[in-house]
Amino acid sequence: MSLIELAFYGFSGVAVFAAFSVVLARNPVHAVLFLILTFLSTAGLFVLMGAEFIAMLLIIVYVGAVAVLFLFVVMMLDVDFAELKAGMARYIPVGLLIGVVLLMALGIQYTTWETSPEAAALRQNETPDMSEVQNSVALGRLIYTKYIFGFQAAGLILLVAMIGAIVLTHRRRTNVKRQDIVAQIYRDPDAAIELRDVKPGSGTE
Amino acid sequence: MTEFWGTGLGIFVIILAQCLALAGFVLITLVFLVYGDRKIWAAVQMRRGPNVVGAFGLLQSVADALKYLLKEIVIPAGADRSVFILAPAISFILALCAWAVIPFSDGWVVANLNIGILYVFAMSSLEVYGVIMGGWASNSKYAFLGALRSAAQMISYEVSIGFIIIGVLITTGSLNLSEIVRAQDGSAGFFNWYWLPHLPMVVLFFVSALAETNRPPFDLPEAESELVAGYQVEYSSTPFLLFMMGEYAAILLMCALMSILFFGGWLSPIPGLPDGAFWMIAKMGVFFFLFSLVKAVVPRYRYDQLMRLGWKVFLPISLGWVAVSGLFAHYGWFYGSYARWAIGG
Repeated sequence: MSLIELAFYGFSGVAVFAAFSVVLARNPVHAVLFLILTFLSTAGLFVLMGAEFIAMLLIIVYVGAVAVLFLFVVMMLDVDFAELKAGMARYIPVGLLIGVVLLMALGIQYTTWETSPEAAALRQNETPDMSEVQNSVALGRLIYTKYIFGFQAAGLILLVAMIGAIVLTHRRRTNVKRQDIVAQIYRDPDAAIELRDVKPGSGTE
Repeated sequence: MTEFWGTGLGIFVIILAQCLALAGFVLITLVFLVYGDRKIWAAVQMRRGPNVVGAFGLLQSVADALKYLLKEIVIPAGADRSVFILAPAISFILALCAWAVIPFSDGWVVANLNIGILYVFAMSSLEVYGVIMGGWASNSKYAFLGALRSAAQMISYEVSIGFIIIGVLITTGSLNLSEIVRAQDGSAGFFNWYWLPHLPMVVLFFVSALAETNRPPFDLPEAESELVAGYQVEYSSTPFLLFMMGEYAAILLMCALMSILFFGGWLSPIPGLPDGAFWMIAKMGVFFFLFSLVKAVVPRYRYDQLMRLGWKVFLPISLGWVAVSGLFAHYGWFYGSYARWAIGG
């Protein structure tokens, strides 16, 4: 067994184990940590397939940003484990149903699904000679030329989702004191300080 | 014997030896960096600093490390034991992992990845996990508050570091760290490096690096006046040592990145002199001196000021700079100094 095969079995074994543990872990924080382990080993599999750019994006975007926010939220929840376990029996039929649907979708994909004969040829067109260009370069050329509209549309959808989330959660609170940094910097002694010559025994008003 | 090094196992052994040599180099450097750091603050504060163990106190860090290793590991009763132990290990291992792609001289690199800079960025974005896991597993309010602060802080400044790196990538046309250095080679030496075309970004990168590594003036995750020691509050002996070494390894990595991205890595500043690892190490030393000096002379930021600086000042500037350098690169202005790939630089 070569080192690459060894690495493949290592990464996929860890990925499967970690994915199971996400579901089975009792502590939600542990579940998120296992989810991160799943992402990392999947990134390892991408590297083995020669898609190092995608692998790094997976780590930077999912592990470095999205999963941190997950962890953030889960850590701050005050989770009652007993209640969580009681709910398990109630939700398990729904969960199983979703699992079955996904399994059937995968089953169709791998057995009776037929792709059009042109699809393989179309896909082949896009693949440049990997010995000549790095895959980040190849990806960049495709995304910014042929698929520029799809790429920009995806960006717009994300922007809309982001603005939507901000609009839904933002509320202007009037009873909060805010700092105006510029006003603070441009405050000068003339406006803030007044010098008075106080006569002894009279005081200021 | 020679054919053994061509086989899979032989290559594996060679890579392992290279990794060990690099890790050993980084760790030994760290020991003296901690000493240097303390001496520099001492000089700023007109003290003597460590001067008892060894000549000029040179072995002070060794004595400290031995003390940390020999002490008992105290794990709080309410702590999540596995995560508590895992957190410092992660922050130490990740900080060392990123060194694999750092070129010290032309070809002196363990893994010459095509996406080297993305790899470093990914590893440094994972470092937040050490902090956040440690803070949560400690089961202490101060540690948890420190972890939350740190997570928000590191993610915020990563965004602007990412944009600054994109500017450099546009100019180079490659994600390989060695290529980035080679693109800065030229007849003008010092003035060929990226600090000149990307001048505003050098300052931004330095400040973001301070925030990313939780160094003062942005050491709010461990602000002792508010949070005792932040996420490290429950840690003692070896786990604490791992956290500290991880932190210093990350700082040294940021110094290496500064010199590779903006100051020509192993290239010599004067055209006649030979290039080599000496320059790289000298530049890292200079940046570490700056890091250390900042800690000694700048007071700590307040947390809301830190977030404001990250999101409302650094993010727009660095994002704008990506557009500006893209424009300069596309039209080849300034004698093509923004598009080194175009002039074969």
